[in-house]
Formats: sequence, structure tokens, C-alpha cells
Amino acid sequence: MKILQFFRKRASANAARERLQVLLAHERASISGVDIVSVLREEILTVIGKHVQIDGRRVNIRMDRGMRVSTLGVDIEIPFDPGMRAA
Amino acid sequence: MGKVIVVTSGKGGVGKTTSTAAIGAALAQAGQRVVIMDFDVGLRNLDLVMGAERRVVYDLINVIEGEAPLAQALIRDKQLENLFLLPASQTRDKDKLTPEGVEKVISALKKVFDWVICDSPAGIERGAILAMRNADAAIIVTNPEVSSVRDSDRIIGLLDTKTVKAEQGERLEKHLLINRYDAARAADGDMLNVDDVVDILSIPLLGIIPESVNILRASNIGSPVTLCESESGIARAFFDSARRLVGETVPIIVPEEKRGFFGKFFGRKAA
Repeated sequence: MKILQFFRKRASANAARERLQVLLAHERASISGVDIVSVLREEILTVIGKHVQIDGRRVNIRMDRGMRVSTLGVDIEIPFDPGMRAA
Repeated sequence: MGKVIVVTSGKGGVGKTTSTAAIGAALAQAGQRVVIMDFDVGLRNLDLVMGAERRVVYDLINVIEGEAPLAQALIRDKQLENLFLLPASQTRDKDKLTPEGVEKVISALKKVFDWVICDSPAGIERGAILAMRNADAAIIVTNPEVSSVRDSDRIIGLLDTKTVKAEQGERLEKHLLINRYDAARAADGDMLNVDDVVDILSIPLLGIIPESVNILRASNIGSPVTLCESESGIARAFFDSARRLVGETVPIIVPEEKRGFFGKFFGRKAA
């Protein structure tokens, strides 16, 4: 029990350090320049919107920020419409 | 020409005002001529922490507006004749605090004092920016806790862009003051340790101030902890920090407040 407690405690400061390192790496980048995620989001939606009609409520954008790699997931639902322009 | 220091943090409640009082007093106790300035318009507290709340007649905004000469607004400390306080206004409009007005007051103070220490309000708004604007150096007060460290990082970014020094392409000296440190909890892995915080913020360490009951005693009676509890561990930590600020090389030790018998016993065991 004591050993378990010891490891649980170890984890809390380590977790704090790791979370801060990831968060601050991104905040430093976005505050000093532009917020790259919001720019990407706007531009991606504009480009796709030129070719297909998008329902703003059916767009799901996720950002996962990691130490070395971040991923941007864009999930856009394109409604089936026979009269729609071909993409 | 005196040196202008801003004591800042971003986050509120981390100990800016008590640190301003303690470091200001420590410098004055070492014979320096010191003025501490409160920038928290509407929520001033430096007067209370210094025990000068009943002697405030004029404030910073009165001076800026030309309603009082600077010399009349300065309040001399009860115990230290070379320590002065310039209070913030409790009632006036924050917008009366202008960059030009602040600069005029600070440049006048620099001619008379060795140290002009500006106690910043929390946040990153106008008051905080004005407090840092004319600084030659900054003391960033940080608690070993995630939200305080994040806000300190943000403040460091602002110090590098929003100060006169930064605008002139000069480097602003930055000093990290880790406040409310509990060495036993850090050793347990339950609190960010000094190396973690220094590593994340990557600015030089000015001092480590231990969590202490004495700081509450000090503010209760309205006297800086370096004066009223000068033998305590926390006062020693502030004296050492003040000496480093002056440029002395003082080895950094992880301070601990005196504990009772059981506290000592368990503290050692945990470390």
C-alpha cells in the first residue's frame, strides 16, 4: 500500500511538469505569432466550401498537441445532394 | 540612477505584494534607499501589508494628475527611514494611470532612490503592463503549481515585448522567485520541484521562499517579514534573494521553516 502511494505521489509532480512542457511549447508558438490552428481551420473550410456545401454544424476539428508531433483531425460531413456541383 | 524592478506574476495570490514588501525592506535593511510602488488601482494592498494604511493621504494618481507633489505622497516606513511607499489609488478611475504619467513619476524617483520596486496587479491588463513598462529588471513570483507556472510564462513573454527596454531592443533582466515552496512535498513528488520550475520557465533563479506561517503573522501586524520575523527561515530566504538582486553571489539553498519535533522527523524521512 505504501509503495503504491509512493508511486501515485511521484506521478503527480511529473504529470504537472509534462503537461506544462507540452502546453507552454504550443502557447509560446501561438502567442508570439499567429494561432496556426485557427488559421488552418479557416483556410481548410474556405477551400472545401468552394467545392462542396458544408454545414457548419457538421464539421468536427480536433487538435492533439504532443511534445514532438501534433495532429489536426478534420472531419467534415458532406451531405448527399444529387444537384450538387461535382468536386 | 536607481534601478527599477517590477514584481509580477500574471496569476493573483501568489505573493507579489508580500514579496515586494519583504525584498524592499531587505534592501533597505542593507542600507539602500528604496521606494515601493503599488500599481493595483482600486485594489491596493501594499499599504496594508506595510502597516501604512492609516497614513495614506495622497496616491500615485494624485501625483500624476498634479494634485500633490511627489514628496508629499511618499510615506516613510515606521521602522526604516530609507524605505518609502507610494500607494495606489483606491477610488480613482484606472484610466487616470497613463504611460506618460507613470514614466514621469518613475524617472523622478530613480533620481532619489537606489531601488524603485513596482508591485504589479494580477492579470495582463493595463495596470500590469504599466507596472512593467519602465522596468530595468523583473522579479517573476511563481508558486510551484501548474496555473501559476503557465501564467508566469505568459508574463515573461509580455516582459520581452511590452517594456521600454524590449522596444529599444535591450534585454530585460529577469529573476525567478519561487514562493510558497514546500521542500518535503516536492521531495515526495507531490509538488513541482525547483529544477522543474526553473527548467520550464528557463530564467535565472533569484530565490526559493518556503511556505511559512510567519508571512501571515507579518501581514496581520502590517510589517514586512524581514523586519518582524527577521530570524525566521522565510526572512533569511528574502535576505538572500535581495543580496542576489544587488549582485552578490549567495549559494541557493532549499529553505525549510522550523518544524516541530514530528514535522522534522517526518520531513527528513520523506526526503
